[in-house]
Amino acid sequence: MHRLDPRGKIGVAGLFAVLIATAQTYTTILAGLALSLVFLALAGLPLRKVVARLLVVNSFIFFLWLVLPLTYPGDVVWELGPLSATRQGLLFTGLITLKSNAIIIILIALVATVPVITLGQALQNLRLPDKLCHLLLFTYRYLYVFEEEYRRLVQAMKIRGFQPRTNLHTYRSYAYLAAMLLVRSYDRADRVFQAMLCRGFHGRFYSLRTFYWQRRDGTFLAAALLAGAVLFCLEWLKPSLG
Amino acid sequence: MHISEGVLSPAVLAGGAVLTVVGTAIGLRKIDYEAIPRVAILSAAFFVASLIHVPVGPVGLHLVLNGLMGLLLGWMAVPAILIALFLQALLFQFGGLTVLGVNTVTMAAPAVLCFYTYRGLLRHPGTPAAIGAFACGFTAVLLSGLLVALALITTGQAFLEVAQLVLLAHIPIMIIEGIITLFIYLFLQKVRPEMLEGIYA
Repeated sequence: MHRLDPRGKIGVAGLFAVLIATAQTYTTILAGLALSLVFLALAGLPLRKVVARLLVVNSFIFFLWLVLPLTYPGDVVWELGPLSATRQGLLFTGLITLKSNAIIIILIALVATVPVITLGQALQNLRLPDKLCHLLLFTYRYLYVFEEEYRRLVQAMKIRGFQPRTNLHTYRSYAYLAAMLLVRSYDRADRVFQAMLCRGFHGRFYSLRTFYWQRRDGTFLAAALLAGAVLFCLEWLKPSLG
Repeated sequence: MHISEGVLSPAVLAGGAVLTVVGTAIGLRKIDYEAIPRVAILSAAFFVASLIHVPVGPVGLHLVLNGLMGLLLGWMAVPAILIALFLQALLFQFGGLTVLGVNTVTMAAPAVLCFYTYRGLLRHPGTPAAIGAFACGFTAVLLSGLLVALALITTGQAFLEVAQLVLLAHIPIMIIEGIITLFIYLFLQKVRPEMLEGIYA
């Protein structure tokens, strides 16, 4: 799985994300979920970590569970005081939950397993604008610089006895923290760019890595397209089910 | 606030994607190669800002800073926010691929709008600039909340109550963002005024 051409994986992930996002029936979405689990198994990721990740990501979905079943018009199946949940509401929320998780699992299995640097090159190879890909690569590079700097500044604040509370002093301190982070990183960006100019940068990154489209990539793409076609048929031929 | 995968209708997703492509194209045209590291810095800052939790009573809210992004970058904020959201989807799975367009619009459109609305005010140093900076942070989050609510409601009437709650949840964030953006602005004005040159251009 991880030896597959990242360009193929990105394409397949995009295809299924769109297919599942537009699907409206349980049949299609369950099939999509099954497919996403196949991808996950092929990727061989530590299951415990994936589940932990999914729980965190589902916070918006939990919020929907709290509201949607109670407000969706339909037949009441469950009542508690003034609150009443409808069957349609529960079904609808369930549909959204499955959809969301199926797409996220596909994203984790296919795209999140590609190193971001490789991803940037692959996207450039897929004819995305050069500048956008450069922006992606630079941003990714700076994330860790920023995070490190942030931790250092927070540590410095703690040493000086800073305790966050709900008051203006706290907000001002956090604002100065963010601003200081910006100033330091701005200087750093300047130095990095000057260093790049010194080394002859003229708007292009050269990479030692080239992408090879091999037979296994073709097989993977063909299988994925076939599965995609099946999903498509499930959705459009049986719209009454669900 | 990020909208998750699988919630919105295809029409809304497509609309968001189209608007993002247009906005990104405009933003990229304004970025020359020399500006890329600078834009990337702010893009990374936008990403890291979501890790900074500020206490408001019993809960911690994370910073958004899209007003500040607009203030410093103008149209260039669109690709910067797009990249930050893409990385968040990739590394934390917050948001997602199909909602990337919609999420970018809800964050970046207010940023660009605030830039053009408050630029005039920010050019006058002193109290007008301070008011402008506060309003910039405040309005950007307000508009983001409204856009999220709009995306939910156009998906289906069923989301009406959810949209209302989302909007309600944005109210404390607006005030905090206003205050934080104000202080960041004042700090930058004092320490590194050349970072604010976009306002005067």
